[in-house]
Amino acid sequence: MYALRRWSVRHAGGLNAFYRSFETVLTALHPLWKLIGYQRLERPVAAIERGVKGLLFDCKMCGQCVLSSTGMSCPMNCPKNLRNGPCGGVRHNGYCEVRPEMKCVWHEAVAGSARILGGAEALSHVQPAVDRRLQGRSSWLRVTRGRAGEAP
Amino acid sequence: MIFEDEPVPGYPLPILPGHSSPGRFERVLRAGQFAVTCELAPPDSADPQDVYRRARVFDGYVDAINATDGSGANCHMSSLAVCALLTRAGYAPVMQISCRDKNRIAIQGDILGGAAMGVCNILCLTGDGVQAGDHPQALPVFDLDSVTLLTTARTLRDEHRFLSGRKITCAPRVLLGAAENPFARPLQWRAQRLAKKVVAGAQFIQTQYCYDVPLLKTFMRQAEDLGLLEKVFILVGVGPLRSAKAAEWMRTHVPGLHIPDQVIERMAGASDAAREGRKLCIELIEEIRTIAGVSGVHLMAYRQEESVAEIIDRSGVLGGRIPWSPGRDTQPNLNRIPA
Repeated sequence: MYALRRWSVRHAGGLNAFYRSFETVLTALHPLWKLIGYQRLERPVAAIERGVKGLLFDCKMCGQCVLSSTGMSCPMNCPKNLRNGPCGGVRHNGYCEVRPEMKCVWHEAVAGSARILGGAEALSHVQPAVDRRLQGRSSWLRVTRGRAGEAP
Repeated sequence: MIFEDEPVPGYPLPILPGHSSPGRFERVLRAGQFAVTCELAPPDSADPQDVYRRARVFDGYVDAINATDGSGANCHMSSLAVCALLTRAGYAPVMQISCRDKNRIAIQGDILGGAAMGVCNILCLTGDGVQAGDHPQALPVFDLDSVTLLTTARTLRDEHRFLSGRKITCAPRVLLGAAENPFARPLQWRAQRLAKKVVAGAQFIQTQYCYDVPLLKTFMRQAEDLGLLEKVFILVGVGPLRSAKAAEWMRTHVPGLHIPDQVIERMAGASDAAREGRKLCIELIEEIRTIAGVSGVHLMAYRQEESVAEIIDRSGVLGGRIPWSPGRDTQPNLNRIPA
């Protein structure tokens, strides 16, 4: 939802901190996830993730979440899918060139990352090209597996 | 300028140490000359002469010619084909690649193909959204963005492999460029974005039209603070306005274009608007060339291409230097007009 998405950016600092601890908890529970089986968890977790992140960030389920590096503004909402910063077409009022009724996702990202400790630095990281195979899959499980030292 | 190791003017040069390409454009930049590039509007036609006619008006005034890739999301002859035609005649094109119409498979193929046809310069762009052009019903691709496109081109060139990891036998020897718009929001982050592009592989930058020098100066200072001016050649975009009405139309319809009110007022108050537009453009070039870190200008004179020669001439930026063009040098066998 657009209004909630804007709220999330305004509260990027708190959300990011929550996200960090959430990640730690998920990672700590890795043995449990492994016992149940990541494959088996994929569909239900992806469904929960879609619900929660869809509500808060208008998440598009790219499966390779970079919210913490983009000030909690989901770059997949950019009509050009830009993962590395705004295009040159941002309007004078900071709104999107393609969708004039929407605030530029990257204009939001710059504002949001200022509210996150180390956010500006994270924003400057070059993000790799999107792996389109991960579309619809759970980013949470992927990160958890990666952090637990297993190939996702 | 004639390079003494130029085998035949217009042909690829030996690649000097520290250079990426066999192109004259890179030579001019690295020699510290004030470079001039311009934009060629690709024809809505399949006639190669339409391309050569459009290129010829720049002869002797520009170091490289940008071939746009469906600019404004409008359909025209492809930039790869325009470049292939231009290199046949010895011109130094800058092949623009936009992420809007092609995925990474097509783009990597075009980079190899372009380099094989003698393209020495590539400009990596995101591209305008399809809503801006004449085919708003088209699928916007945007598989890559301008930064990952730069990374991709650099991987091909420096690591001799595709994004997939598969080896290529002969790497494209190209100078990599990108665009930047110092005049669009978020203003305070534009220099950071440039830094990101430099990290990803940008060696030169062509900016959006500049009609606001103070804003450009702020951007250049920020770029300097980030230590970017030694790492990237910056060519500032300029262009003559045709009338106050045209300027007003441009700033409402061209995404990210910033024209201050004073400029529009000045155009509105002029008796000969087109002439005033050229005069303003010359003044801008004169002012821009004095800014530290600016390596050249990129002249975009859409539908006024014939004015480029006059503008460059009167601005005096070439300082007596005559950029190569077919027939500039004396050898009669080189005065070939391509069929």
